[in-house]
Amino acid sequence: MTSTDTRPVAPDSSPIVHETAVVRSWKTSVVLAVFTVLGAVLLIGFGREGTSGFRLASDGDFFALPDMAVSTMGAAVVIVLVLAALTGVSVMMTLRYTKTPLWLISLFAFLLLFGFLTWAAAGATIPVPGLLVGALGLSVPLIFGALGGVLSERVGVVNVAIEGQLLAGAFTSAVVASITQQPFLGLVAAMVAGVLVSFVLAAFAIKYLVDQVIVGVVLNVLVTGLTSFLFSQVLSANPGLLNSPPRFDRIDIPVLSQIPIIGPALFKQTIIVYFVYVAVFVVWYCLFRTKWGLRLRSVGEHPQAADTVGINVARTRFWNVSLAGAIAGFGGAYFTLGSVGAFNKEMTAGAGFIALAAVIFGRWDPIRATLAALLFGFASNLQNVLSIIGSPVPSEFMLMLPYVVTIFAVAGLVGQSRAPAASGKPYIKA
Amino acid sequence: MKLELRGITKRFGTLTANDSISLTVQPGEIHALLGENGAGKSTLMNVLYGLYQADEGQILLDDVAQAFAGPGDAMKAGIGMVHQHFMLIPVFTVAENVSLGHEQTKAGGRLDLAAARAKVREISARFGFDVDPDALVEDLPVGVQQRVEIIKALSRDAKVLVFDEPTAVLTPQETDELIGIMRQLKAAGTSIVFISHKLREVREIADRVTVIRLGKVVGEADPSSTNAELASLMVGRSVELTVQKQPAKPGDAALVVQNVSVIDPRGQIMVKDVSFEVRRGEVLAIAGVQGNGQTELTEALIGLQNRVEGSITLDGKPLTGLGVRQVLDAGVGFVPEDRKEDGLVAEFSIAENLMLDRSDSGPFVKGGMLQLKDLAEFAAEKRVEFDIRAQSIETHVGRLSGGNQQKVVLARELSRDLRLFVAAQPTRGLDVGSIEFVHTRIVEARDAGTPVIVISTELDEVVALADRIAVMYRGSIVGIVPGDTPRDVLGLMMAGEPAPEVTAA
Repeated sequence: MTSTDTRPVAPDSSPIVHETAVVRSWKTSVVLAVFTVLGAVLLIGFGREGTSGFRLASDGDFFALPDMAVSTMGAAVVIVLVLAALTGVSVMMTLRYTKTPLWLISLFAFLLLFGFLTWAAAGATIPVPGLLVGALGLSVPLIFGALGGVLSERVGVVNVAIEGQLLAGAFTSAVVASITQQPFLGLVAAMVAGVLVSFVLAAFAIKYLVDQVIVGVVLNVLVTGLTSFLFSQVLSANPGLLNSPPRFDRIDIPVLSQIPIIGPALFKQTIIVYFVYVAVFVVWYCLFRTKWGLRLRSVGEHPQAADTVGINVARTRFWNVSLAGAIAGFGGAYFTLGSVGAFNKEMTAGAGFIALAAVIFGRWDPIRATLAALLFGFASNLQNVLSIIGSPVPSEFMLMLPYVVTIFAVAGLVGQSRAPAASGKPYIKA
Repeated sequence: MKLELRGITKRFGTLTANDSISLTVQPGEIHALLGENGAGKSTLMNVLYGLYQADEGQILLDDVAQAFAGPGDAMKAGIGMVHQHFMLIPVFTVAENVSLGHEQTKAGGRLDLAAARAKVREISARFGFDVDPDALVEDLPVGVQQRVEIIKALSRDAKVLVFDEPTAVLTPQETDELIGIMRQLKAAGTSIVFISHKLREVREIADRVTVIRLGKVVGEADPSSTNAELASLMVGRSVELTVQKQPAKPGDAALVVQNVSVIDPRGQIMVKDVSFEVRRGEVLAIAGVQGNGQTELTEALIGLQNRVEGSITLDGKPLTGLGVRQVLDAGVGFVPEDRKEDGLVAEFSIAENLMLDRSDSGPFVKGGMLQLKDLAEFAAEKRVEFDIRAQSIETHVGRLSGGNQQKVVLARELSRDLRLFVAAQPTRGLDVGSIEFVHTRIVEARDAGTPVIVISTELDEVVALADRIAVMYRGSIVGIVPGDTPRDVLGLMMAGEPAPEVTAA
C-alpha cells in the first residue's frame, strides 16, 4: 500500500441519485384495453339508433354556437376505433419500456366519456353549459372541504370530521341567515360552527392524544344527530323564522360570463363560488410561499424537528386545525345559502367523505385536490343530467357514479402518493 | 461563551436520569462528555437545550442564570445542537431547513428563500462545505445532512455547540473532517460539548473529559489517559476491549449470493449486482455507512424484499422467492437491526417473545393450543443461559434494558439449529457489558461451524468480529477484504474507493 492511499478524500456531498430499474408495467395498457372492450360492448353491442344532440349555447353568449348533433351509432364506431388505437399506442410504448403519457390517458378518458354521453343521449339533447354549471355547483362544498382537509393533514391531524364541519356550517348558516335575513352573517356563522367542531377534534387529538380517526368519526355522528334533532324538533316547528334563509343571488361577471360553454359555469355564479377561486389560490400560496406555510408543513412532517427550532407544535396544530374547520364550515354554507335555500336533515350526504377522498387523490396539494373535487362534482351532476334527459341506465346505478369514480381514483393512486409524514400521529413531547 | 451546569437533576418517574450533574465549559474549549448508552448524556443535553426542564439545578451562560422554557429560548441564548437523530425535515430543501423557525420574510409574509440560500452559501464557504442550498435533504448522504445541522446551528450564531454522538453515522474520513470542523469552531471561540462513547475520538479531540455513569459524574479524566483507563471509568470495572477469538477454520461455502439486485417499490435500485459467499465457520462482516443498501440486502436474504433479482442459495438450495417462514425453516437465524420495531413485541413477555418464530407448530403449540408449561421451562432455561436480567420470564420485554432485549432476540434465534446466522447491527445502542456478551455469542456461533453475517456500521465492531469484510457503498460491494485490513483502508472503501488489492491487480 502506498502512502497516497491514506489521503483524506472529500466525501461526496452531491445528492444520492438511485438508479431506477427499467421496469415494464402493463397496468396502464391493461386498464385501457379493458375499458376499450367495455366501451365497445356498451356503445356498439348495446348500440342505440338515432342522433345524439349536444346543446352548446346558452343565453347571453357572445355568439350562439349551433347545437351539435351526431349519429349515435356512427359516433360509437369512430370512438371505439380511436380508443382501440390509443390502447395500441400504449401497448407499443410499454413494449419499448416507456410509460404511457398522461395526455394519452386523459384523451382516452375524455373520449370514453364523450362516447358514453352520445350513447346515453340517443334521441335527446344534453345541455352542456347546464351540465357544467351544475358540476361546479356540486363541487363547491367539496372544494372547501378538501381545502380544510389539506390544511389539517398538512399540519399533522387527520380530519375525518369534514362531513361534520360541512353539516354544522350548513345548519348554522341557515338558522342565522333566516333570523337576521343577512346571508353574509350566515357565512360567518358557518365558519364559527366549523371552528367549533374543529375545537373538539383538536382538543381530543392534540391535547388528549385520542386516535384522530375515531374522534373524527364520532364528531360526524354527533353533528349529524344534533342537527337532525334540532331540525325536526325546532326548525320544523317554525320554518318561516328559522329555516328560510335568503339565498345569494347569482352575480354575472360582465364579459367573462358571456364566453360560450364555460362562461356561465365559471362566471355566472353566487358569491360563494367566487370565494372558491380566491380560497384555492390563497391556501396554495400561503402553504408553499409563506413562513406560516413552511412552519405548518414542518409540523406535519417532523414535529420534533419543528420543536427543536422553537416552533410550538401543539399550538400550530390547534390553530390550523381550527382554520381548516372554518374553511370547511364556510363550504357547508353553500348547501343552504348557495343552492337549496333551506336546511334539510343530513343534506351533506357524504360530501365530506368525498372531499376527504379528493384530499388523497389530490396528494395533499390544494390545487390537485380542487381538480379532484371538480371531477367528483362533475360525476355527480352527470348523474343528475342523465336522469333528467331519460337515459337508459337505471338511476340507482347512476347514483353510484361519483362513488365509483372516487374508489377508482383513490385506488389507482395507492402507493404513489405520500402523505405528510406525521399526519395522524400525535406529538408526545418527552 | 462560558457554559456552566450546576447540580442538574432530572427524574422520569422513579428513574433519576441525571443526578446533580455539574459541568463547566470554557469559551473555545472542547469538552467531551463520555458515558455509556443510557448513562444520561442525552438527557443532560436535552435539559440544556430546553427540551426537558430540570427538576433541580441551574444553567449559567457567562455566569448569568438562564431559564429555558423551550428550545427557542436556548437558541436565543446562543446554544446550538447537532442532534444524533438529525432534526431535519426530509422533504424540505437545505435552505428551508436552515431558515425554519427564524425565517426572513418579504412583504406579505412571503418567504425570503434567497436570503436563506445566501446564508447557507456563506456558512458553507466559511467551513469549506459543499452544500447545495436547493437540494432536498432526503436525497443527501448522511454526512452532508449532518453539515446541514451544523449550518443550521451556526446560522443562529450559536456560541455553545452541542454535538450529540455526531460520529455514529460517519465514515472514518468524514469523522476526521468533522474533527477538523470542530477545531475550526474552537479556534473561533465557540464552546463545544462533544458527547460520545467512542474513546478514540474523545482522546483525539477533547480538551477535557467528564465521565458520567448511571446519571452521575464519576470523574474528570485527562484526554491523555489510555483507552483502558477511560473505559474502566466509564463502565465502572475493567473491560475487555477486544473480542477473544481463535483464527477461523472456514469450511466450504454455505451461502452463495450471486448478482443480487434489490429494487424498491418506487423502482429504485437499492442493491446493485452484489455477489459474495459465506463459508461455514467464518464471520463475514458487511461494513458501510448507514443507508448504502445493507438494510435492503439483509431483508433480501430473509425474504422481506419483494423484488429481488439474481440468486441466493443456502447449502445448494435456493432462498430467493421463498417467504420469510420458509427461509426461517431453511435454518436462517436473524437479528434485525431495529430490535424494538422488528425483533420483539414490547407488550409480550419474555417467554412469549421467545416463541414468536415457533408459533405455528413445534414444541410450544400442539393442536392449536399453547404448551405453556414447556414454554416456561424453555424460557427459564434460556434466561439463565443468556443471562437475561429480569424479574421473571413473565416480564414484558418493553421494560427491559436494550442489552437484555437483545439477549432475548439472540436467545430466540440461536436456540434453533442454524445453517446461517445473520445479525444486523447486533450491538446498536448497547452498553459495553452487553456488547461483550453479544460478541462472544456471535464468535461461539461461528466456532460451532455456522456461517455468520454481521452487518454493522460501527467500524470497531466490524474489525473486532470479522474474518472477512465486505464494504458496501451506494448499493454495491466496493470490495471484500481480509479481517485484518487497516481501518483507514476500510474508511476509504466506505467512501467508495475501491480496495487497494483490487486496484493493484
